[in-house]
Amino acid sequence: MDIFLQQIINGLTTGSVYAVVALGYTMVYGVIQLINFAHGEVVMIGAMVAFTVITSLAGGALPAPVILLTAVVAAIPVCMTIGYLLERIAYRPLRHAPRLAPLITAIGMSIILAHLALMVWGRNPKAFPQIIANPVFNIGEASISSVQISIILLSFTMMAGLSWFVYRTRFGIAMRATAEDVRIAGLMGVNADKVIAATFVIGAALGAVAGVMYGSYYGIIHYTMGFTLGLKAFSAAVLGGIGNLAGAMLGGLLLGLVEAMGSGYIGEITDLCQWSLTSSMLVEQCKDGGNFVLFGSNYQDVFAFLMLILVLVFRPSGLLGERVSERA
Amino acid sequence: MTQTMTTANEVLLDASGIGKKFGGVQALKDVSLTIRRGEIYGLIGPNGAGKTTFFNVLTGLYQRDGGEISFAGAPLTLESPHTVAAAGIARTFQNIRLFGNMTALENVMVGRHLRTRAGVFGAMLRTKTERAEEAAIRRRAEELLHYVGVAEHANSLAREMCYGDQRRLEIARALATEPKLLALDEPAAGMNATETAALRTLIEGLRGDGLTVLLIEHDVKLVMGLCDRVAVLDYGQKICEDVPSVVRANPKVIEAYIGTANE
Repeated sequence: MDIFLQQIINGLTTGSVYAVVALGYTMVYGVIQLINFAHGEVVMIGAMVAFTVITSLAGGALPAPVILLTAVVAAIPVCMTIGYLLERIAYRPLRHAPRLAPLITAIGMSIILAHLALMVWGRNPKAFPQIIANPVFNIGEASISSVQISIILLSFTMMAGLSWFVYRTRFGIAMRATAEDVRIAGLMGVNADKVIAATFVIGAALGAVAGVMYGSYYGIIHYTMGFTLGLKAFSAAVLGGIGNLAGAMLGGLLLGLVEAMGSGYIGEITDLCQWSLTSSMLVEQCKDGGNFVLFGSNYQDVFAFLMLILVLVFRPSGLLGERVSERA
Repeated sequence: MTQTMTTANEVLLDASGIGKKFGGVQALKDVSLTIRRGEIYGLIGPNGAGKTTFFNVLTGLYQRDGGEISFAGAPLTLESPHTVAAAGIARTFQNIRLFGNMTALENVMVGRHLRTRAGVFGAMLRTKTERAEEAAIRRRAEELLHYVGVAEHANSLAREMCYGDQRRLEIARALATEPKLLALDEPAAGMNATETAALRTLIEGLRGDGLTVLLIEHDVKLVMGLCDRVAVLDYGQKICEDVPSVVRANPKVIEAYIGTANE
């Protein structure tokens, strides 16, 4: 098997999901400089709603693609409503409060949403139903599944759509103006409350789709999944330069690739048997092509956060972020 | 801009008893003034006299401590900046506050936001009306850039434009909100003589097109030559309000301001 190419494909898939989730973080940060830690939970709820719809419709008369589409269409408005309520109830009253207050509120909302999901969907991991046939195609010695292809294509379409929306429509122009200076945008007639609410709602809609993609790819969802997924997407947003749309997309894809490469090779690299330094203690394990691996691919989560640390040390404003340093 | 027929002396803005305190400093004390439709109204005063504070109170950036403002016959509510813009007051800033990372055209398009129904869903669904409206906004923004004379920089980033053009762009952005009152905060600050002369032509053109202008300015010559009426603030109080020739001769004004500042 061609590990390198395979991990590129896997990395692009997870990276696409990270990128779409990261957009939700970066959009909100760009407009009100708030890190909406509850965004990961919004994604999780999107996956849960889709799960409920699919399990209740599966086995009925509807064809599988229609069921999946219904699930997405149901998850989007639920997540949009949650996004709107988060802003309206939790963040808007704190808009002029010291920055620490909304940040702590965001963490609180994240915990509340996770536990609401726990109450609704229970504490056990859910097997996300794979209702659509998932043929696998071979590229050389690597393979790519149709779910992977769909995730990558859908993510890129959403990213292109969002860029078009923000850079080409007048609502997008109002949004960028609000991001640059809320008060001046207000004086020029932009209703900042409306723009900020829209930012949350759009981010949540993207998150809903990301949740369904995550479920379809990993096949398992859990009420705590928003935490790690959110942290990684947040790392991706910081990696690209938080507040910067292109940065979030780049950061997400890069993070996915680094993670995939890391988990693909870490076992091989930390296999002590291939290094001639093996002491006599390991002779037993290494004979007949055996190996003694220090770190396996279960360490994959390390790479996202290792990267976050490196970025924060060497380039705090992120790969594409310049505006953050201007602001600070 | 169409010429609006207005009866002479019709009051557009009536501010009475405006007060504003910052800690122990009384920045504005019982300031009352009336601006009539179609005039250029100058607000002058020495540094720290409270001109910009008055501006910020008027445009809703500061909460006033007391007093009433009525605008176009209705009380002016100052809940949030965009309601002031919606009522018909647009402003520029002493230290230019453009959206630097957006193009000149986009800056002006922001101002058009208010006068059009711009919904998220409309923008996404691209209905026919939506597309037509967006094209109209773009066209109007281009016209305004042309009007203030920076049309050739439509696609430049605002922060990359030269100083005089940025000032003009700010005026175009304010005009895009279709204001009844255009408030200019020291528009000639930092301009050279040629730029000031061009600015003067632009402001006279605005009056010619029926707009009411409130002008805060340090350049006494510009104010006296341009304004129909002038109010003078000193230590947060209005000491005089009249036509330029009378203001010029007022001994209080000379003492407070002109006598020392007129080189």
